[in-house]
Amino acid sequence: MSEIKKLTAPLTKETVENLRAGDQVFISGVIYTGRDAAHKRLVQALHEGKTLPVNLEGQVIYYVGPCPAKPGQVIGSCGPTTSGRMDSYAPTLLELGLKGMVGKGPRNASVIEAMVKNGAVYFAAIGGAGAIIANSVKKAEVVAYPELGPEAIYCLEVEDFPCIVVIDSLGNNLYKTGVEKYKID
Amino acid sequence: MREIDVSKISDAVEHLCIQAACNLGQDMEQLIKTGLEREESDFGKNILQQIVDNVELARRETVPMCQDTGVAVVFVEVGQDLHIVGGSLQAAINEGVSRGYTKGYLRKSVVADPLFQRNNTQDNTPAVIHQEIVPGDKLKIMIVPKGAGSENMGALKMLKPAEGLQGVKDFVLKTVIEAGGNPCPPIIVGVGIGGTMEKATLLAKKALTRKAGEPHPSEKYAQLEEELLQEINKSGIGPQGLGGRVTALAVHIEDYPTHIATLPVAINLNCHAARHAEVIL
Repeated sequence: MSEIKKLTAPLTKETVENLRAGDQVFISGVIYTGRDAAHKRLVQALHEGKTLPVNLEGQVIYYVGPCPAKPGQVIGSCGPTTSGRMDSYAPTLLELGLKGMVGKGPRNASVIEAMVKNGAVYFAAIGGAGAIIANSVKKAEVVAYPELGPEAIYCLEVEDFPCIVVIDSLGNNLYKTGVEKYKID
Repeated sequence: MREIDVSKISDAVEHLCIQAACNLGQDMEQLIKTGLEREESDFGKNILQQIVDNVELARRETVPMCQDTGVAVVFVEVGQDLHIVGGSLQAAINEGVSRGYTKGYLRKSVVADPLFQRNNTQDNTPAVIHQEIVPGDKLKIMIVPKGAGSENMGALKMLKPAEGLQGVKDFVLKTVIEAGGNPCPPIIVGVGIGGTMEKATLLAKKALTRKAGEPHPSEKYAQLEEELLQEINKSGIGPQGLGGRVTALAVHIEDYPTHIATLPVAINLNCHAARHAEVIL
């Protein structure tokens, strides 16, 4: 396996271009959370010509709905949710300059096409490893849609959040190549 | 007649919700460790190791292993010689779920209306409750928190009897392969065969609560479980769908008599956080 690359979020164009499917990374810096309900609201706001609560230029969105923090915790368990549910919204956000998405599971062709067009990358975090991932989060603050509870948009300060690049900005896709490698006909 | 007060039921449910979310059964943990020994892919091994570390951390610190602490599926077996006093059984269970999810800092993932408003109920109620009346004077409660990542990948098919064994195998394989990395593999595959449409799905869910990796008591079904497991693990999906040998850790089949004209098959997948906790009162 390759050396672990250390990234700082938000991501630059250059950082994104240098990542390849199969790279292991540690993400540090600032990322935003967002899942089904938040995505629906963001895209709806755009359609209505409203300003988004977050400027997405260069940003990373983590598909997660965390558990509430116990006393003494920054955040509760916070592993990734299934990304495919955000596929219908993602191309619109990529057009706005979103550079990275973190989740789990495959993306559809239109998301990959929009990633290649706009130079973005898709990372997988380990689904179900929510307790460990919570330790990478140093600060968490709700920045939009607090009424959505676990689906609100949080700004997270993360340190060495372990992820794997699964789809890079050229469209290389580890979900395909990885499975092919181990498939027995 | 033996009596039990509803407050005892709420207390038990509260405790079970937290226990199930934070403390994975030893049987399941052992099965994941066996998978780790068998896995050949580097990513796969790394992922399985992190899953094992996560299980241990969650248990040690009483935090949920996964943020999707699910909808609370509750299986209740009520002894016919038991008298429940002080209120309704359903309300007592929901009271326990509400307290467990709140006091345990578990995520509240239930929306009141599935289609229109989708407003969060804020305390993870109502639970999905399955009740059965059984002989005796005891009350058995099992909590199965079920996350949506794996639940969304389930499927039901009403096969023609002529499609038989091959039809069942094809449907199970197709469902698991199409699900790919979505249900958080390595998974447990619950299969319900027979009964009616709703009975098959319930059997598939119940199959997930069997001791992880324990074979079906009948030899033929046990063989089918093993064969399906081998076939699924040839798919190459692997841990988290990134490629590898360990896609499923077990296939559990439950069967029931059915109508001459039908062969219902339901599949319910469970992620590696295959959680359940039970108590007999």
